[in-house]
Amino acid sequence: MFAGTLVFALINSSILILLALGFNLTFGISGVANFAYGALYVMSAYLSWTMLNLLHLPFWASAALSIVFAMISGALMYRFVLLRVRGQALSEVIATFGIGLSILEVFRYLGLVGFEYTLPVFWNESVMIAGAYVDIQRIVIVLIALALVLGLWLFTHFTSTGLAFRGIAQDERTALTFGIDSDRIATLSVSFGAGLAAIAATIVIPLGSIAPDEGYDVLIKALAVCIIGGLGSTGGVIVAGIIIGFAERFTDTYIGSHWTMIVSLAAILLVLAIKPSGLFGHQKELEERI
Amino acid sequence: MNVPAMLQVENVSKLFGRVAAVDRLSCEVRSGELVGVIGPNGSGKTTLVNLISGFIKPTSGRILYNGRDITHTAPHNIVGMGISRTFQMVRPFYQLPAYKNMIIPLYSPRVRQMAGGRYGDRNAVALDLLEEVGFERDANVAYKPAGTLPQGYLKRLELAKAIALSPHLLILDELFSGMSLAEVASVVPVIEKLRMAGKTIIMIEHRLKELFRIADRIMVLNYGRKIADGSASEVMESDEVKKAYLGSEE
Amino acid sequence: MKKRRERIDRGIKVRSEDVYALVSWREMLYLAGPRLLPAAAFLLLPFFLGPYWQKVMISVAVFALLAISWDMLAQTGIISLGQALFFGMGAYVSGILNIYFGMPPWITIPIATVSGGAICTLILRPVLRLRGIYFSMVTLIVPLMLVRIIEATKIFGGTEGLSGMTPLPSTRVEIYLVTVVLLGVLFGLRRLMETDYGLVLKGIRDNDRSVTNAGINIYWFKTQALFIASTIGAFAGAFMTHVYMFVGMPVFALDYSILPMAAAVVGGGGTFAGATLGAVILVPMSEALRGIGGLRIVMYGLFLVVFTVAIPEGLFDYIQRKYHQMERWVEIDQ
Repeated sequence: MFAGTLVFALINSSILILLALGFNLTFGISGVANFAYGALYVMSAYLSWTMLNLLHLPFWASAALSIVFAMISGALMYRFVLLRVRGQALSEVIATFGIGLSILEVFRYLGLVGFEYTLPVFWNESVMIAGAYVDIQRIVIVLIALALVLGLWLFTHFTSTGLAFRGIAQDERTALTFGIDSDRIATLSVSFGAGLAAIAATIVIPLGSIAPDEGYDVLIKALAVCIIGGLGSTGGVIVAGIIIGFAERFTDTYIGSHWTMIVSLAAILLVLAIKPSGLFGHQKELEERI
Repeated sequence: MNVPAMLQVENVSKLFGRVAAVDRLSCEVRSGELVGVIGPNGSGKTTLVNLISGFIKPTSGRILYNGRDITHTAPHNIVGMGISRTFQMVRPFYQLPAYKNMIIPLYSPRVRQMAGGRYGDRNAVALDLLEEVGFERDANVAYKPAGTLPQGYLKRLELAKAIALSPHLLILDELFSGMSLAEVASVVPVIEKLRMAGKTIIMIEHRLKELFRIADRIMVLNYGRKIADGSASEVMESDEVKKAYLGSEE
Repeated sequence: MKKRRERIDRGIKVRSEDVYALVSWREMLYLAGPRLLPAAAFLLLPFFLGPYWQKVMISVAVFALLAISWDMLAQTGIISLGQALFFGMGAYVSGILNIYFGMPPWITIPIATVSGGAICTLILRPVLRLRGIYFSMVTLIVPLMLVRIIEATKIFGGTEGLSGMTPLPSTRVEIYLVTVVLLGVLFGLRRLMETDYGLVLKGIRDNDRSVTNAGINIYWFKTQALFIASTIGAFAGAFMTHVYMFVGMPVFALDYSILPMAAAVVGGGGTFAGATLGAVILVPMSEALRGIGGLRIVMYGLFLVVFTVAIPEGLFDYIQRKYHQMERWVEIDQ
């Protein structure tokens, strides 16, 4: 049982990391709060489903289109809403949360809940690892998570756009003096983050089904991973994902499924109380402001 | 005299990442002195003030006030012990009238403590203090919203807020910057009066001429280190100080 | 001939400034009207409403209290995304005291108010040191966590909750109790924030470094603000427990956190009256729209977005401005 739990813990961690990547890019790396993240995740999943089942488009086309749509939504959200409240953290949070809330509740109202609302897996087979059956889909998740983490890290450290993403979070004024158009970069950041949410949805949703509540769950999980890992730190996301993923899985196996959420939430509170900037976070509370 | 100095900074360093804003700095301030702290931009002067007043904690070293270790004391408690400072970048409450800005310092526990347990009429005290630092009473300057006042008045407001806390040690961070000569001339008597009342003052300044007139002793910082400590003329003769300000010939 | 729009204070506003208001009845009415009218409306309306709308009024008052509590924290610079914590805590304490210890409502409600507030303050105190947004996230998480804990450990009735509380004597009593408390809190807090104490709290929001530099322990003051706000929220919860005669996991629901915030955003933060106005608008509206079910929350969401982005000062500010100032077109001197 232990080995099996270990394997699934690793998979769970990968899922968490995958979910948190987009949020980390927008909120952690660029400093733009996007609390509609969960809604974008669910929305792109529903869109994929619609194109797949009602328009009968091939899977890859549906997925690609939903990713593009998510990116456009993100950009539009920035242009029309976030732009006007840029810089006031609370207003950003409330406005984007309001949008997310509206989107998710519309879906709930439309009653699109049920087992038929799901996305197809890539390969319908399983493999035996350490005495437990692991479906290929889950392995795909781990691989894609790794690839994306690496890709993002390279992007934000070695490309000029990626560096600009980090620049506007660190000091917007200085970034402006370097000729970085902070609004354009922020739009791209929200857009990319939304795209990552859509990618995550395409891969993770096949494990279960699409439901509006997933939106809230995803937001909270992404938030948890980013806070514990430290906003802005890709390494932190990995470590936090592993910690929470393992904690959840082991709690589920050895204590009881009711307690998994409590463990994650308690982990957040603990980290916030002891080291608020997260395990690898860069923000120091008071020192920057003097 | 073997009376220990009022303020002792012992081998204090402050690192931000790998940058040492303050580098193994030691100094002393004796009771009743007016010490000027000068140095090029980025030499760690404001960081030193932040360390003394408790807004940031040193990476290593100790700070002693009247023999007491205040290295890790919270900033509001340091104020309660009698150390008061001004900020280089003044940010008053812009929509409030100038005298209302004084209410918050006058609400401080220290004020109640020094007044023997009662706060008194805060508004009246505020107006009196402002008049002392040069807010002309007949022009009702104290009633104007702080956002409408020019920099010279805002700096004096900042000074008044610090004085309101009845400090024993007053640290002024670039008080004169942004003031006209006339305004400086109106503030110097206030400082002199504080000295005569026995206060100890540390002044960070860039305006050397005005500072040298009133300071007993000058300390020069560069790259977080103390490079000179003595009277104004001694310090300005020092080669290292000249190099720090003017650069060397290499 | 070019014109521009100019806003100037109305004549009567200028005339009723300060002590000069005592000059005539009209001026005094101008000042007292906006305060007396709503208060009178709150107190007299119950006589004209049927039982359904009386219940709605109770709901309005409860959400208004939560919104005022949110506003109080916001004015100190603390943004709470978890008003439900205060509400739920007061609700549970009151329910527990009533069911397990048999205390009557007029004892459980006061005790629950104060102790609920104290417990919430103790829970949140360690995280007060956190920078704004981190604290807010903790407030969002704690109620969620409490729900899960209750669900997992099944204490205090678990998923079914506790029911069968002693009701209050009559609906009339319910309405008047909550209305009187609402008016008291509303006017009381407005007064409080005008004093020097309130100035310190607002100073903490605007420039906490400056307040610390004045030798004031901002965490102690924030704790006090937190206690005041959580006590108000706890009262709302304790009161509702006896109105519904039930307490369960739903008391920590997101609804109780979001609607007060939406009310404060719509009505305008910083004035307490705005928060009340927001509740007066949103609660009946959501009742009237009960027919569209889940879409109500969509509405709250959209309201939140629209108001945060387009009308950040809120409706109360707009109304207040119209009352005190007039606009007119004025020629621009070339």
